[in-house]
Amino acid sequence: MNFFLTIVLDGLIQASWLFIVALGLTLVFGVLKILNIAHGSFYALGAYIAATAVTLVAAHGLPPGIGFVAMLLSVALIASAVGLLLERGLLKMFYGRDEVVLLLVTYAVFLILEDVTKLVWGVNPIYATQPYEMFGSLEFAGLYYVGYDLVLIPISAVIGFAIWFGLNRTVTGKIVLAVIHNEEMSVSMGVRVNRVYAFAFAFGVLLAALAGALTAPKISIQPGLSSDVIILSFAIVVIGGLGSVEGAAVGAILVGVARAASVHLMPQAELFVIYLIMAGVLMFRPEGLFKRETARRI
Amino acid sequence: MGKGLHPLVMIALVAAAALFGRVLPTWTLSLATIAASNALIALGIVVLARTGNVSFGQGLFFAAGGYGVALIANSWGLTDAVAQVIIGAACGGLLGLVIGPLIARYSGIFFGMLTLALSMVFYGALVKSTALGGSDGFNVGRPSLFGMNFSDPREADFMLYAVSVITTGLAGMAATILFRSEFGLASLAVRENNLRVEYLGLSANRIISINFVIAAIFAGASGAFALMAQRHIDPQFAYWTTSGEFVFVAVLAGNQSVAAVFVASMALELVRSFSNLYLPNTWQLVLGVFLLGVILFLPRGIGSLWIRDRHRKGKSVAPSMAGKKEVAL
Amino acid sequence: MNPVLSVRGLDKRFGAVVAADALTLDIPAGQKISLIGANGAGKTTFVNMVTGYLKPDSGSISLDGLDIGGRSPRNVARLGISRSFQIPQLFIELTAAENVTVAVSGSGTRPLSFHSPARAQHRHDKAIELLARFGLADLAERPISELAGGVRKLIDIAMALVRRPKLLLLDEPTSGVSAEEKFATMDRVIHAVAPDAATIVFVEHDMEIVSRYADRVVAFYQGRILADGEPGHVLKDREVRRYVTGGTQ
Repeated sequence: MNFFLTIVLDGLIQASWLFIVALGLTLVFGVLKILNIAHGSFYALGAYIAATAVTLVAAHGLPPGIGFVAMLLSVALIASAVGLLLERGLLKMFYGRDEVVLLLVTYAVFLILEDVTKLVWGVNPIYATQPYEMFGSLEFAGLYYVGYDLVLIPISAVIGFAIWFGLNRTVTGKIVLAVIHNEEMSVSMGVRVNRVYAFAFAFGVLLAALAGALTAPKISIQPGLSSDVIILSFAIVVIGGLGSVEGAAVGAILVGVARAASVHLMPQAELFVIYLIMAGVLMFRPEGLFKRETARRI
Repeated sequence: MGKGLHPLVMIALVAAAALFGRVLPTWTLSLATIAASNALIALGIVVLARTGNVSFGQGLFFAAGGYGVALIANSWGLTDAVAQVIIGAACGGLLGLVIGPLIARYSGIFFGMLTLALSMVFYGALVKSTALGGSDGFNVGRPSLFGMNFSDPREADFMLYAVSVITTGLAGMAATILFRSEFGLASLAVRENNLRVEYLGLSANRIISINFVIAAIFAGASGAFALMAQRHIDPQFAYWTTSGEFVFVAVLAGNQSVAAVFVASMALELVRSFSNLYLPNTWQLVLGVFLLGVILFLPRGIGSLWIRDRHRKGKSVAPSMAGKKEVAL
Repeated sequence: MNPVLSVRGLDKRFGAVVAADALTLDIPAGQKISLIGANGAGKTTFVNMVTGYLKPDSGSISLDGLDIGGRSPRNVARLGISRSFQIPQLFIELTAAENVTVAVSGSGTRPLSFHSPARAQHRHDKAIELLARFGLADLAERPISELAGGVRKLIDIAMALVRRPKLLLLDEPTSGVSAEEKFATMDRVIHAVAPDAATIVFVEHDMEIVSRYADRVVAFYQGRILADGEPGHVLKDREVRRYVTGGTQ
């Protein structure tokens, strides 16, 4: 029983940040119908910015709590700005062309950002560990868990709920949902789709960067992060269903638990089990576990 | 796919390119070898893309070829370059024969995602396989040719260059013949309307599978070349960014001419080398900007620079890469 | 003599919609039979089931005595059934000649060649000849994307004829074809299959075409056969006028 709980808890810890990243990716796909290959790059950007913020705060002798807040704020601001700029400045130019074109554009952005982060922060790993000690540690089922890791679970759940609430219970959210489900109809209803695009993309980028910032204290931040994260979040989004918020949650939990289970039961499978699930879903239920509802066209 | 050149002219060109290696400086030789090898696998992607299916996971066969050859080379001391290429191609082809029919029935975007997933499964398995060296991989010895060993690095490089250029050249010629053939036309038809193809008595799945196997063979051979050039194999061969680079070359080349694939591949290697040389840590930046430029100004790929497409009028990049069309009866 | 097509108790439902309701029909060889009925009456569903695109919920379909129910379109095509489509199903980026060439490739018994050019003389000649029969030879090298709807319709039909089928199913062959062309089109089709004495089943809304070319008319309504007989009788039938042709009393 303990063993089982350990796996579930480990899985949820993993799932918490995976969910936030996947959520951003699936939202961008749902609204703009773009698979943003640079999504992982924004995760990395968030981690790097967070590291810088934390280091700066620590250098001024301020407590880790301030560092934590500072990193979240700075990441939120910078990421949203970059996302907005990118969408309005670059992506917009390619709307209306073959769907593969936008894919290639985001791939180009991924390549560019890879080197930009290398040029700004160098190629060596950097760290931002101060916030990691903020919440102490906890003993559970014979194992020690770092408080920070556990705290991420409710934080992630709150974010998820906030997004769900925002989408389903606010006017802005419903407009976004309308664009997700039937863009043509939304346009004819007078929705300023351009604004929804810009907002959704910036928000998606923000989520990625936020996930990066939240995980920054517990990882080594180095080049290669973005390519690892994008493929992982892509797998989750495919499993859950492209464009589905619930799907991102379920996919993240499934992947997190699968990974945790592998680590404890069959370590060789840890990396490939996720993609095996992805392949399985693609073969037997290609739309994903949560098909995004498509409105019936008359 | 364009009128193309007479087979004898093509053979002459390939032979000339191979001999030209004699006068090229060493850095160009290794560059050209990598370019030829990348062109080979990108060509395979183009072959498959003509059915409307783009593979984002050729790294699977690339790695299968590389690891297959590496294991055989180390276990049985087989170092002959030509034999290694054949083994690499066979490894890729066999794997392609198994996987192709399984995924042929999936359309456009799902097909692409499946190939990606499968390659990452392989990557994940390789990284954790201690027997194969895990994420570090392992080394192999120098290749030989027809019993001759090459201790002089200059000679060794030239040998590898020649073998890769000739192999890729032959593949290019075969592809040109294939594209013009009855099967080639049917492949294009599958992309356009796979339902009508079925109604005409042809099996769209079989056509896709065959193209898939060809792409897998090319990828496996390319893996052998990469192995011989680096004398090292590791799981990175199967990683998605590796597969992505090959698709990049294919997209850059467009689908108008086989020669464009070589030009695109060479362009990529030159950009990579020069930016590594003068501005370290910028080659991906330059590549990204380059890609954006091509998307904006050469929507039909590099090949459109010298081939006027009689059909398409200013359609976006890689229309051959778009998913299969939905058909409503 | 065996009917060329024999259908027994064919059922097909899409949710609450009854597309086929215990359909039973025999079609003798060489007959020219027209299927009429309002939109949604089940004509195209019938064609889809016969050609293997849809699997019937129950019932049987036989071609010359051979059970073909549930077989794939490819299988059915190889057994001798060809069809044309309401909305032309063509290879848009390829030329007219190339479209027909693919049909030629599909009609052969040998596997597709990896080296013999698609434009090889014998194949190309055959393609041009078929296009010429519909007066389209000069459009042979034009891509379908540049051709008008009516022309696309003709090419769609031409492709169905390549195989020299036993049974030819045409789904609204004259819709989209100009008024001057429609008789010529039907004449060409009849003429093309005459040497093989093929059976033709054509779905039509144009009653002029129906009365002129059909030996027999079958009227559909809500998945059932409302009337079945000579054009003269069926077209005057009270229920047919009410539910199909909409003529005044």
